[in-house]
Amino acid sequence: MNIYVILKQTFDTEEKIVIQDGNISDDGVKYVINPYDEYAIEEALRQKEQHGGNITVVSIGPSRLAEALRTALAMGADEAVHVSDDAIHGDEFSVSKVLAAYFNDQSYDLILGGNFSIDSGGGQVAIRLSQLLNIPHVSSIIKLDVIGAQAIVLRDSEGDTEKLEVTLPALFTAQQGLNDPRYPSLPGIMKAKKKPFHHLTLDDLGLTETEIYARTERLSLSLPPNRKSGQILQGELHEQAAQLVQLLKHSEVKAN
Amino acid sequence: MSKSYVVIAEVRDGKLRQVTLEALQSIGLAKEHEDTVAAVVLGHQISNIAEQLSQYVSGQIHVVDHKDLEFYNAEIHFSVIKEVLDTLSPHAVFLGHTASGRDLAPMIAAYLNAGQLSDVISIEKTESEVRYTRPLYAGKAFEQKIFTEGPQVITIRPNNIAVANISDAQAEIITVEYSPPLSLRTIVRDVIRKTSGKVDLTEAKIVVSGGRGVKSMDGFKPLQELADVLNGAVGASRAACDAGYCDYAMQIGQTGKVVTPEIYIACGISGAIQHLAGMSQSRIIIAINKDPEAPIFKLADYGIVGDLFVVVPLLTEEFKKALA
Ligand SMILES: Cc1cc2nc3c(=O)[nH]c(=O)nc-3n(C[C@H](O)[C@H](O)[C@H](O)COP(=O)(O)OP(=O)(O)OC[C@H]3O[C@@H](n4cnc5c(N)ncnc54)[C@H](O)[C@@H]3O)c2cc1C
Repeated sequence: MNIYVILKQTFDTEEKIVIQDGNISDDGVKYVINPYDEYAIEEALRQKEQHGGNITVVSIGPSRLAEALRTALAMGADEAVHVSDDAIHGDEFSVSKVLAAYFNDQSYDLILGGNFSIDSGGGQVAIRLSQLLNIPHVSSIIKLDVIGAQAIVLRDSEGDTEKLEVTLPALFTAQQGLNDPRYPSLPGIMKAKKKPFHHLTLDDLGLTETEIYARTERLSLSLPPNRKSGQILQGELHEQAAQLVQLLKHSEVKAN
Repeated sequence: MSKSYVVIAEVRDGKLRQVTLEALQSIGLAKEHEDTVAAVVLGHQISNIAEQLSQYVSGQIHVVDHKDLEFYNAEIHFSVIKEVLDTLSPHAVFLGHTASGRDLAPMIAAYLNAGQLSDVISIEKTESEVRYTRPLYAGKAFEQKIFTEGPQVITIRPNNIAVANISDAQAEIITVEYSPPLSLRTIVRDVIRKTSGKVDLTEAKIVVSGGRGVKSMDGFKPLQELADVLNGAVGASRAACDAGYCDYAMQIGQTGKVVTPEIYIACGISGAIQHLAGMSQSRIIIAINKDPEAPIFKLADYGIVGDLFVVVPLLTEEFKKALA
């Protein structure tokens, strides 16, 4: 089975966001694989363990991204593809176009991605890609069983669970609960160094800058307003409960 | 020249979702006077929804009513929407940032070769452009964006934009024949409704959340009772989900849902940065925690230091009295 994982590198979830000169500062910031994409990598490994095949991890981004791809290789992926080009400074429109150009030359059974990226939170790229490739997709999956050329999946839909049957090739995005990602092992890290690592540019993919020109543009950034520190209630607990309800009544909360 | 704006309406439990009215209000904020507004509504036995929508929409309401549309199937729903979009050639398509909206929007955007802005929380129109504000890092920062060219797809975060008002508009209701997609590769086998009749977490005005402090699945019961009294929804921290006390669908935070209710009540939640990312924009935050040093108290408007198993039932009683 030819399995592909599309992944993104994001800030570690512990990071505080600092705005400097109109941009989000990456000074001293620790990067990780987007947590949802980690579930996608883990699922790829489990599918390969069951059905055999080859796992390729694909990502677009600057040179620091190589570290995330190496981590995926150390977890057990077989090959990495790093697309980097100064001409790619786009949005989800651009990124999905670049990925589609790459996948048009590949043969794939399964493409896995994360439910959304925890930085920009767009939740677009994977689903856009499935459309551009004209393959079915199921987003937010919590279980995946591949049986021949079919997949039976469970999907989380705001708390409800849907069971679907999909014909491969297909694309799936991983939701929390799908699995428990493994850590890279020391032998895994050693082996990763010898695994194929491909570098591609827009030229290699036969794309020009104008074809992937971003459809959206950022005007400005801001931080949420600081919250004033509040009030710790005092007294017996039942008095506190009564006091709290009074306070809420007076703050004109629009219930219902 | 007038432009066409389209809202993809959403039906849940046989009712029009509030976020659809928020999306209609959003269109009102973005469009010019002469632009037209149309709605698309899909489902089974939805004529009452079309009637209801006609009170808000001045243009056309395209209704596709068929048994095949009872449950959401990305392929089927999209193929139907695609047909309607072909006749409308929209300048912009608005959806709710909900399970189905999040799924449909990128398909629509790819089909239209359009840009998409997801999870928009506010809209500002200037002389020359429409500016959309949306969160980054689950609300640790915000960005204001514009579309540079082409059609536009926008998903609206529930609970952030006011609902549209009923107008005297008399929409034209158009029944669209359902034709199934030519090749169907996805079949929905089963839908297990766990949230039927419950208040949706992202739309709830009041959220009662439990963390590791609830200690078990049963520990969520007093929280659910409080939420029921307040007509609210129950959420959770990741630690509670990881421990198996509740479903991941309830997780609030950077890798979970982002909620912005009027009141957020955090019970037995320490206040990790990843959790705060998902709830710190709530209007009033209340924390109940045994540990007076818990970081959540730094953010909370009101804090009660105490055992949640004592405090939460007390609160439920007090609210019952106040609401009686
Ligand atoms: C990649 C990544 C992503 C993450 N994403 C998220 C996310 O989206 N959402 C999220 O919530 N977390 C997320 N986390 C986890 C986060 O770091 C914290 O571990 C988590 O939020 C802690 O949950 P908690 O507050 O319920 O548990 P704890 O930190 O264990 O806190 C439990 C609290 O309950 C109190 N308590 C115990 N018993 C009682 C009682 N009887 N009455 C009152 N109080 C009591 C304790 O004093 C304590 O403060 C993420 C972590 C990582 C690494």
